[in-house]
Amino acid sequence: MNVLIAVALILIGTAGTLVVVIQDPLRQALTVSLFGILLGILFFAVQAPDVALSEIVVGAVALPLMILLALAKVRGGTR
Amino acid sequence: MTPRARRLLFFASAPVLGIVVAAGLFGLPRFGHSDAQYGQVLNAVSVPERHITDVVTAVNFDYRSVDTMGEEFIFFAAVAGVVLLLGAQADESPGHVEDAATGRWVPPTSDAVRVLGLALVGPTVLFALYVIAHGHLTPGGGFQGGVVLATAVLLVYLAGEHQHLHNLYPDRAIEGLEAGGAAGYVVLGVAGLALSGSFLANWAPLGQVGHLNSAGIVPLINVAVGAEVAAGFVLLLSAFLHQTLILRRRRPTPDEPVDPLERSA
Repeated sequence: MNVLIAVALILIGTAGTLVVVIQDPLRQALTVSLFGILLGILFFAVQAPDVALSEIVVGAVALPLMILLALAKVRGGTR
Repeated sequence: MTPRARRLLFFASAPVLGIVVAAGLFGLPRFGHSDAQYGQVLNAVSVPERHITDVVTAVNFDYRSVDTMGEEFIFFAAVAGVVLLLGAQADESPGHVEDAATGRWVPPTSDAVRVLGLALVGPTVLFALYVIAHGHLTPGGGFQGGVVLATAVLLVYLAGEHQHLHNLYPDRAIEGLEAGGAAGYVVLGVAGLALSGSFLANWAPLGQVGHLNSAGIVPLINVAVGAEVAAGFVLLLSAFLHQTLILRRRRPTPDEPVDPLERSA
């Protein structure tokens, strides 16, 4: 279990850095979704399945979706 | 504030913040250890007292259910705000939005996406209902199940056309479901006030530990929350899609000033 936690922490650090480093909002939306799934795995590994479930549905699905929809609107309006 | 003053303020306050944060970090319990006494009390009492096997749900929907009601209404207010902002404004009218970037090739929705999307709708709805109904037994509950339920609607959108969504649900019914879910929580609470003397008291029979119809009013609250969250997310999705695909800005008449953003584009 400790190995799983360590691997999850390293992957989260990497994914979080990627979200910040990537400049294109569209790619950021997809990376932030991956970040949400990884956070969900960490929460599951530290025995918080309730929070893991919330993190996956909000961080991996709802948040990227709202970003994508907002991007679609913003780009449609200014081009 | 000039950039120089701002930098001075930063260099003066950063060490202070650093020291306080470091002191706080060193005071934390070691990773994986804690002496959370409240948690241990709850672990010990939630099954015998409330017949709830998921202690997180016992905290959220029984011992601290007033807090959850507050969160419920934060969500309600947020959805209402977005729907207000994204609704049809005075200078917008419904119509098909023209593609601004003409001449590019738009790939049609692939058969694989359509088949996978449609195949997943049924299992997603079933899983969402399972998560909502078993909130007091296993991890999950109204909030998580509600969001999963809303993703079923998203799958329909991905697998089809925006028009299909409007055949799927009438907007009025979804609005009613959202308001009904939020009101249901309060009604259950007031019923506790009437029957047991305190707001949100667990007044229903507790049933047998581990059974679906146990834990008193907790499953009922979960159903109310699930309805509200699912309907809220569908409303958000619907408002965004409507704004992106249906509403277009009214063309300015010749004597009106043109929006500078549009002219430059």
